Amino acid sequence: MNKQDILDNIKLLSGTDVKKCMKCGKCSGRCPAFKDMDIKPHQFVNYLAEGKLDKLMESKAFWSCLSCMACVERCPRDVAPQGVIEAVRATFVGMQNNNGIKAEDIPPMIDETVPQQLLVSAYRKYNK
Amino acid sequence: MQRIGVFICWCGSNIAATVDVERVAAAIKAEPGVVFSADYQYMCSENGQQLIKNAIKEHSLTGVVIGSCSPRMHEATFRKAAASAGLNPYMVEIANLREQCSWIHKEKEEATEKALVLVRTAIAKVRLNAPLTEGESPVIKRALVIGGGIAGIQAALDIAEAGYPVDIVEKNATIGGRMAQLDKTFPTLDCSACILTPKMVDCAQNEKIDILSYSEVEDVKGFVGNFTVKIRRKARYVDETKCTGCKICMTKCPSKKGLDEFNMKLNTRTAIHIPFAQAIPNVAVIDPEQCIKLKTGKCGICQKFCGAGAIDYTMKDSFVERQYGAIVVATGFKPINIDAFNEYGYNDNADVVTSLELERLMNAAGPTNGVLLRPSDKTHPKVITFIQCVGSRDVSGCGKPYCSKICCMYTAKHAMLIREKYPDTEVHVFYIDVRTPGKNYDEFYRRAVEQYDVDYIKGMVGKVYNENGKLMVQGSDLLNNEQIVIPSDLVVLATAIEPEPSVRKIATLLTASIDTNNFLNESHPKLRPVESPTAGVFLAGVCQGPKDIPETVSQASACAAKVIGLLAKDKLKTNPCVAHPNEMMCNGCSQCADVCAYGAITYVDKEFRLGGGKTEVRRVASVNPAVCQGCGACTVTCPSGAMDLSGFSSKQIMSEVEAICKK
Repeated sequence: MNKQDILDNIKLLSGTDVKKCMKCGKCSGRCPAFKDMDIKPHQFVNYLAEGKLDKLMESKAFWSCLSCMACVERCPRDVAPQGVIEAVRATFVGMQNNNGIKAEDIPPMIDETVPQQLLVSAYRKYNK
Repeated sequence: MQRIGVFICWCGSNIAATVDVERVAAAIKAEPGVVFSADYQYMCSENGQQLIKNAIKEHSLTGVVIGSCSPRMHEATFRKAAASAGLNPYMVEIANLREQCSWIHKEKEEATEKALVLVRTAIAKVRLNAPLTEGESPVIKRALVIGGGIAGIQAALDIAEAGYPVDIVEKNATIGGRMAQLDKTFPTLDCSACILTPKMVDCAQNEKIDILSYSEVEDVKGFVGNFTVKIRRKARYVDETKCTGCKICMTKCPSKKGLDEFNMKLNTRTAIHIPFAQAIPNVAVIDPEQCIKLKTGKCGICQKFCGAGAIDYTMKDSFVERQYGAIVVATGFKPINIDAFNEYGYNDNADVVTSLELERLMNAAGPTNGVLLRPSDKTHPKVITFIQCVGSRDVSGCGKPYCSKICCMYTAKHAMLIREKYPDTEVHVFYIDVRTPGKNYDEFYRRAVEQYDVDYIKGMVGKVYNENGKLMVQGSDLLNNEQIVIPSDLVVLATAIEPEPSVRKIATLLTASIDTNNFLNESHPKLRPVESPTAGVFLAGVCQGPKDIPETVSQASACAAKVIGLLAKDKLKTNPCVAHPNEMMCNGCSQCADVCAYGAITYVDKEFRLGGGKTEVRRVASVNPAVCQGCGACTVTCPSGAMDLSGFSSKQIMSEVEAICKK
C-alpha cells in the first residue's frame, strides 16, 4: 500500500468525514486523556484531513486514548474524532505484522474487577 | 394549426455549457407547426425580447415556446414581451432547460437530448393552448401584521404612515417582542428600551394602527388583496377598555409565585400582572394557570380593589373576523432549548445562564435592577466565562445547523459592558470563529479585545463542572494547543436562536412555504427577499432568517413598501388559469368542493333542456374564478372528468406526457 492508500483506508475505517470538521476544538476541550497525548484529538482529525500520515504514525497518543467516546458524543459536526484515532491505531497495529493481542486471548485475562467500559474498549481496540 | 416560434436561451453559459443550444434550435425546426426557431445568449435581455417580438410579427406566430430558466424566474417577462407584440400572453410556454436540465446534468450529449424532449413537450402543449383573459379582483386597503416585535412595529408604522389602516396581532399581552427584553444594543450601545418604547407608543397612538394583543391568528381564507382572517382574542380576564394600568391589582394579588416570562423566569410575578412597566397596551392580564379565583373559585381580591371595574373572571375567548389586502409575517424567534447540551451544566447550576437571561440580569428594569449579581447567591461574579456557538452550527442533532448570526456581536457587547461597569471582573470568551461583518461591527469586537482586555480564546468548551462552588470551565485553547480550566463565577451560553415555533401553524394557514429549520422561505433569496412565494404575504425579521435589529428594521420597512405598493392598487389582475366544470358531465357529487383549499367551489341548481320541450333541474359545480388559485386538486378528484383547468387542461397535460414518451 502506498501512502494515499493507507490514508484512504484510515478514512474508511474511521467511518467519518473529516472534512466536516469546523475546527472548534471541542473534542480536545473535553478529552480526559488530553495531557497524556502527544498529539491531541483535534490534531488527529486535522492531520488526516491534510494527509499527514507520518505525523499520525509517529504519534504515541493513540495508545493513550481511552475510547471513552466523549469527543464523539460532544462533536457538534458529527466528525467522531475517536473513530479517527481508532482507525490510526488499527492501521498501526496492522502494519506491525500482526503482533497485537488477539481478541480471543482476552477472556482468560479478564479480571472481575476490571470495569466493563475498559473491556468494551479493549475488544474494540484489539478485535480488528 | 398553430404557427409556433421556438426560442432557445443560452443563459450565458448556464445552459449553453451543458446543452448544445444550436443543435436544439436547428433540430426543433422539423417539428410540425414550428415555423421559426432561434437561439440567443440572453433571451431575457432587451435584445432577446426584441428577437421574440420581431419573430411574432414577421412570422405571424400564434404560439411561442421559450427554452430557458424556470418559469418562476422569467415567465412573466416573456409573457409581457409577447403581449407587447400583440400575442395573447397565455400562448407562451416555457421549457425549463436550466433548473431541470443543464444545472442537474453533466453529460452534454444526454442533456441535449433531454432539452430536445423538454422543448418538444412544450410545443405539444402550446399546440392546444387557447388565448386566456385575466380577470380583476378588488384590493382591500387594510394590512395585517402578525407579530408585534420590532419587525411588526416598524412595518405597521410605515404602512400606517402611507395612510393605510393596519392591525397588529400579537400573541403576548404586550407588543415589544424580544427587543423589549434587551439591555443595550450593538454596535452603538444605546439602551434598547429607550429606542423601542417610543415606537411602541407611536403604534398605540397612531389612529391607523389597531393593536390586537393577547390574540392569535386562527384561520385565513382568501387570496392576495382579499384575505379574510379569523383572529382569536384570548381571554385576558381584564377589560382592555376599562383597565387604566394603575397596578393596584398587582400589589394586592395573593398568588405571587408565577415565573416572570419577561425576565426569563429569573424572578416571580403575581397572577394578575402587566408584563413590564412600558407595556403597550398598558393593561393587566390574568394567568389562568396561576389565578386562585379561576382555579378554585375563591379569592376575587383584584376585582374588589380594581377601581375601574375592569376584572371579569367570566371572560371567554372571542373571535373577530377581518379582511385584509396584505399580510406581513413578523413572528420572530426564541432561544433554543439547550437541555441536550448537558456538558455545560445549564440545568444543574443556577450560575450557568443564557445570554438572554444575562440581558435581564444586566437590565435596569430586570430582577436585580441592573446590578450584575449571580443568581445562586446574589454576589458579584469576579470571573465570567462566555461560551459561543451553543447549539449553532451543530449538525449532531442537538442544535441547529445554521449560524445564529447575532451571538458574536452580543457576546462582545456583554463582555464590554461588564468590563466597563465592573473593571475588576475577568472576562473570557471561548469562540470557534468570530463573525462580525457589518458596519462598525468588527471595530466593535476589536474594541472588546484591545480596549477592554476581554480574553478571547480560540477553542470550544468540553465541560463545565462545579467544584467547591466554582464553575470549572474546561476547554481547549487551540492556538496554544492546550487544554485549560477556568474557575468561573458565572458562565454565559450564547444560545442559538430559532423561529418562534407558532410560525409553523401560521405558515400552514397562509400556505406560505417554510424550510426544515422553520424559517419562512422568500420568493427569491436575492431579488425578492421580503416576499413569500404566496402572493400578498410578506416576511419581516427572524421568521425569514437570523438577523439583528438593524437588518430587521430594514426588512420591515422593505415589507411595508411592498405592502403599500399592493394596497395602492384598486384592482389586481387575476390568474385566468382557473378551474371550470363541464356542466353536462357534472353529477353534483361535491367531491371537488371538498378538496378545494380555497373555498372556490359552490353548487347551484341549474335547469337543463332535455329535448322534446322537457327540462330537468340538476345540481352542478360552479367555480368562483376570483377565488380559484388554479391548483388543479378538483380536476384530479372529479370522478366524471367534468372539471378542467384553463391553461392546464387534461388534454394538454396528456399531450405533454405523450411527447415525453415518444421515441
